[in-house]
Amino acid sequence: MKPLRILGRGFSNAVKSVFRNLNLSIASISCIVITLLIVAFAIILSSNVNNFTTDIENDLTIVTFVNKDATDEDIEALKENIEALPNIEKYEYRSKDDIKNSMQNENDTFNKIMSEWEEGENPLQACFVITVKNVEDIGETATTIENLENIDIVKYGEGMVEELLSIFDVVKKVMIVAVIALIFVTAFLISNTIKITIYSRKNEIDIMRLVGTSNAVIKLPFIFEGLILGIIGSIIPILCTIYGYVFFYDKMGGVMFTDIITLIQPYNFVFKVSILLLIIGAVVGMFGSYKAVRKYLKI
Amino acid sequence: MSFIELQNVYKIYKNGVTAIANMNLKIKKGDFVFVIGQTACGKSTLIKMLYREEKPTKGDVYVGGVNVARLKNNKVYKLRRKIGIVFQDYKLLPKLTAYENVAFVLESYGYKEEDIKPRVIDALTHVGLKEKLRSYPHEMSGGEQQRVCIARAIVNKPKVLVCDEPTGNLDPDTSKEIMKVIESINTDLDTTIIMATHDKDIVNRMKKRVVVIKNGVLVGDYEKGSYKVDEAA
Repeated sequence: MKPLRILGRGFSNAVKSVFRNLNLSIASISCIVITLLIVAFAIILSSNVNNFTTDIENDLTIVTFVNKDATDEDIEALKENIEALPNIEKYEYRSKDDIKNSMQNENDTFNKIMSEWEEGENPLQACFVITVKNVEDIGETATTIENLENIDIVKYGEGMVEELLSIFDVVKKVMIVAVIALIFVTAFLISNTIKITIYSRKNEIDIMRLVGTSNAVIKLPFIFEGLILGIIGSIIPILCTIYGYVFFYDKMGGVMFTDIITLIQPYNFVFKVSILLLIIGAVVGMFGSYKAVRKYLKI
Repeated sequence: MSFIELQNVYKIYKNGVTAIANMNLKIKKGDFVFVIGQTACGKSTLIKMLYREEKPTKGDVYVGGVNVARLKNNKVYKLRRKIGIVFQDYKLLPKLTAYENVAFVLESYGYKEEDIKPRVIDALTHVGLKEKLRSYPHEMSGGEQQRVCIARAIVNKPKVLVCDEPTGNLDPDTSKEIMKVIESINTDLDTTIIMATHDKDIVNRMKKRVVVIKNGVLVGDYEKGSYKVDEAA
């Protein structure tokens, strides 16, 4: 099997070449390590920002207060009406007594005042706490609920929610653009470093060309070499990601500054980032080599 | 058609320099031809056109029936497998041993390992370097490095051996030895030899066909010729 033999030789020549040109290999690997470390940091940061904004979005709810004189039948009808709305993820009905109890449990002053209320005396309003499916349509859903019968007040943080959502949207987009741009910069840097190292082996490529080696066979060991350098170069960033993130997560107790900003759980997340780094290293290494060697193959 | 044939060949470089002008040349299979002339007369350009390192601006160049001038870039490597090339500066890979320098050619063609070894040893034996298989280029003399270059050129049993000033960097005694090797390839393997040189002694001693180039024009073609200084100048 000639193609397999050529493939095998290409690979073994690539391995030999990594060691024969050790200084150049170290230069390429160092460049890959540094750039991938930056990429890893950017991916971890953007993923956590994304996670935090999504958490906050998921926590957004509509609080709907029911008319004080609504009967039990009215409330049952309201439940059905709310349930029938398309954008409702889930809802929780909290009766006057539920609210009273929870307030009493939360605060001693409330407890003192409320415990003095007579039996049947409760000026609080029952409410529905509604979580929506699509947070961007929260305003529209709130308006629809407001128009239902026996609804007194609807609150979802109007104005602030829209502003928050648009800020999150911008933050997410900026993060994605930053990571993609960084990956491109990495590709450019790595490919240039490999190009410089291959330049010093222009002679070798010339000789291969002159003795009748086909372009594909000339390229093959260089592409494998790029792959090997890319994989070796991604090992340190991967280890830093796994151990560094787990250490950081444990040190911070899973949150960042405040309990609201929770960090992504390390398990699974660090492996996903590691695989991504490995793929970026391998592909960029291969592609960088391919581009560089192609330049010297023009007849 | 002759084994090698040039028909109305011109080579004009982008800077306007005419390296070859209206050249017609026929070389039969098994011939040994010296191409002589002063430095920058067009010898190397002619040699390079044979293995398509240079493309003629006009005209046709046939090598073994293939019009090299019209050969697509992605087919050039096939032509080069039929041509052995010997360079003035040897062009050896410094990090490979003599054996590896010769073997990598066949490896890159996809030969099996068991076929490569005997052929490489044969080629290195032919040039008298059987004892230096494991030597690296920097451990060998200029003459030995040139022998490795010749072994690499003949390992695929080419029909033609193109030599561009192969003795240019060597002393007269070593040059003689190298010429013996090249001549033996011509006689033993029936390989056509085309050799660019300006080494008078070699040309005059060997009495082979001599083609003289002056300012890119073929000005003389002699069977069993010699190096005429006036003509080449």
